[in-house]
Amino acid sequence: MSEDFPERNFGIEAKSSAVSDNRHDSSKEENQIESEIPEQDLYHPKSFLTKWIFCQDAKVIGVQYSITAIAIGLLALVLSWLMRLQLGFPDVFSFLGPAGYYQFMTMHGMIMVVYFLTALFLGGFGNFLIPLMVGSRDMVFPYLNMISFWMYFIAVLVLVSSFFVPGGPTGAGWTLYPPQAITSGTPGSDGGIILMLLSLSLFVIGFTMGGLNYIITILQARTRGMTLMRMPLTIWGIFVATVLAMLAFPALIVSCIMMTLDSLLGTSFFMPAMVQLGEHLKYGGGSPILFQHLFWFFGHPEVYIVALPAFGIVSDLISVHARKNIFGYRMMVWAIVIIGALSFFVWAHHMYVSGMNPWFGFFFATTTLIIAVPTALKVYNWVLTLWRGNIRLNIPMLFSLGFIITFVNGGITGLFLGNVIVDVPLSDTYFVVAHFHMVMGIAPILVIFGAIYHWYPLITGRFLNEAMGKFHFWVTFLGSYSIYFPMHYLGFIGVPRRYYEMYNSPYISTSAEGLNQFITVAALVVGFAQIIFLYNIISSIRLGKIAGRNPWQACSLEWQTEHVPPQHGNFGKNLPVVYRWAYDYSVPGAKEDFIPQNVSPSEVLGAKVEKT
Amino acid sequence: MTKKENNLFDLLAEKPWDPEQVVQDNLHDGKTINLTNAHLGLRGIITVSIIFFSLFIVTYADRMLLHDWQKMPEPKLLWFNTFVLFLSSILFHLTKNKSDLQGFKIVKNLLLIIGFLSIVFFIGQLIAWQQLVEQGYFFTSNIANSYFYLFTSLHVLHLFGGLFFLKKVTQRLYANSAGILSIQSGIKLCGIYWHFLFLVWLVLFGLMINS
Repeated sequence: MSEDFPERNFGIEAKSSAVSDNRHDSSKEENQIESEIPEQDLYHPKSFLTKWIFCQDAKVIGVQYSITAIAIGLLALVLSWLMRLQLGFPDVFSFLGPAGYYQFMTMHGMIMVVYFLTALFLGGFGNFLIPLMVGSRDMVFPYLNMISFWMYFIAVLVLVSSFFVPGGPTGAGWTLYPPQAITSGTPGSDGGIILMLLSLSLFVIGFTMGGLNYIITILQARTRGMTLMRMPLTIWGIFVATVLAMLAFPALIVSCIMMTLDSLLGTSFFMPAMVQLGEHLKYGGGSPILFQHLFWFFGHPEVYIVALPAFGIVSDLISVHARKNIFGYRMMVWAIVIIGALSFFVWAHHMYVSGMNPWFGFFFATTTLIIAVPTALKVYNWVLTLWRGNIRLNIPMLFSLGFIITFVNGGITGLFLGNVIVDVPLSDTYFVVAHFHMVMGIAPILVIFGAIYHWYPLITGRFLNEAMGKFHFWVTFLGSYSIYFPMHYLGFIGVPRRYYEMYNSPYISTSAEGLNQFITVAALVVGFAQIIFLYNIISSIRLGKIAGRNPWQACSLEWQTEHVPPQHGNFGKNLPVVYRWAYDYSVPGAKEDFIPQNVSPSEVLGAKVEKT
Repeated sequence: MTKKENNLFDLLAEKPWDPEQVVQDNLHDGKTINLTNAHLGLRGIITVSIIFFSLFIVTYADRMLLHDWQKMPEPKLLWFNTFVLFLSSILFHLTKNKSDLQGFKIVKNLLLIIGFLSIVFFIGQLIAWQQLVEQGYFFTSNIANSYFYLFTSLHVLHLFGGLFFLKKVTQRLYANSAGILSIQSGIKLCGIYWHFLFLVWLVLFGLMINS
């Protein structure tokens, strides 16, 4: 079957005539294999418009996604500053009323979760990295991919436009619970909420187009030799997250459609009979709890849609910068798949206080605690990858370490909240705010930062400035701990979330006031560090140190392109052929401490395969 | 050809470091499933659609239990519409078989007939709506009515999506602008989608007459 392949004895004895650094696939046999795979028909842009605006190249689409997501994320960051000023110094600032506070809070939450994190991880990193890492020239449906970005862009515009309609954006909280979301009295209950629902629907439609691309590219368009179990964990994370998104987002669009009808046409899908200001509303019979179930059937997988790509990316960052293969690759893949599957059976733990049957709560508490097992396995594996590694303490590594600590912290408070009996008193307090910001706010964002420092040289050909990077890391890491750590305490003493002001509540000790001021100052400082980061990104495009080819000495395919940054079509004349997994670091007997995936065994004499 | 993984569990149990596995892996052509990209894309869309409709059905089942549910009568016309959709689905099956025999002349006519039947279905649905409205069953007068109009609209929207692609395939066939294989695959995929449309309608209609 494989008589043509001298490398069939790979790992037992390597027989070869020469060791060379030539990584291009030039041997006769390999060329023959190449010709078996039909080349993808690439769209070649002819004008500025088709090259940079309506672009079909996944790399450019990835950058477009990232820039849009970061821009809208900055808006959400500013909103959080304004809220913090109100919470920390309610007597000093008066620009924000209670209605405005709710609106900012809602927009902050929705933007950060959906339009920033989801779009950046799957739209941004997904588009840029998938074709490069699996060794493909582009996504399988480039045109659809382009439409996907523009749908997302329009969704963002619709969302932002809700700031300018009469009544302003919706202030229903990011969960948009009916009946209050569409009942007068809630800010933005007429215009804002409709635009929000429309924007979310557009996002889901656009994302479905992109998601089909990600899934089918990963399944079908990998290069020769790239089996699923040889893919970098980044791709596994993005892949499973996309599958989750394809299964979970329909729940969001279903609830959006039904709530829009309730609001515009007066149906009663979710709306119960209500009396407002002594007047019977036209609604009757609907079930608000039904909305909660639909929303969280989307909402909980959404947490993992954000977390799984972060898990994948951080595994790669740790492995590259600790110069060690990832500990337990298969277990890491299994954990990603198991977490993905379990994430559909835990949604009601967001609804413990909705008056559910205790057995129902018991079931969801159990599944929630079970999901901690694969998650903990991942944490152990990251730590074991670091163990006795040749750790290079550069910025991506610092951010990865910051991620592990933050994630463990947020995960442990998740165990508290997953138990019904502990959750009930803590529900709707700042403890919850602290938990979810730690676990799905700060932790994934630290990974995003690490990933940007890691892949920036691939995108631009230059490094980001190191000094600014160190400053950015330490201020962000310590600063976000200063923000969210005290919030756990605020939660314990019973400070409720979503309150505009605590006034002089006698049951809240005075220390809460001081803590709130401290948190606000910390939030401003952390925000300032992000401005330095943005300056770093922009200035390094021209001023950064030239990185050259494969500056981190990584094994995965995205660094093995002919040109850096990779050009249209990603790879040179021939697609790379893959002979190994993406983690051959510090292989005993090899000349260098890394063997790229496309180096054939005949080129590395005496290197032993490491078992995992 | 390399051996394809039998199922997800076999795949996840692979040992990529195992020397024998390495030999196999190096021969792997990078494709997981032996289907065209377009076919997989269609499957993806159908999967998402099925979840979309299932979630609606779950809310329907839940909402039905509440006390204010009043069943609405089904116009006889709906049975006719169901038959029309069934016919177009059957015709698509025929078309697919004919296109395998490369009887493109018949195929052209069949595709036109299917397009026509689909539009008849759409108009039939509109007339059914009109009949119901005339009898006083408005969108908001009862939640059962809301669901009826919602389901039929969403189903028709899916039909429009299918018609968009059917139009593309038919145009390509008439313009002779694409190879036989591409047209055959286009017809096959549209056919699958039409069967799917019919099944969804059958489920929704069955649900509504039995509630």
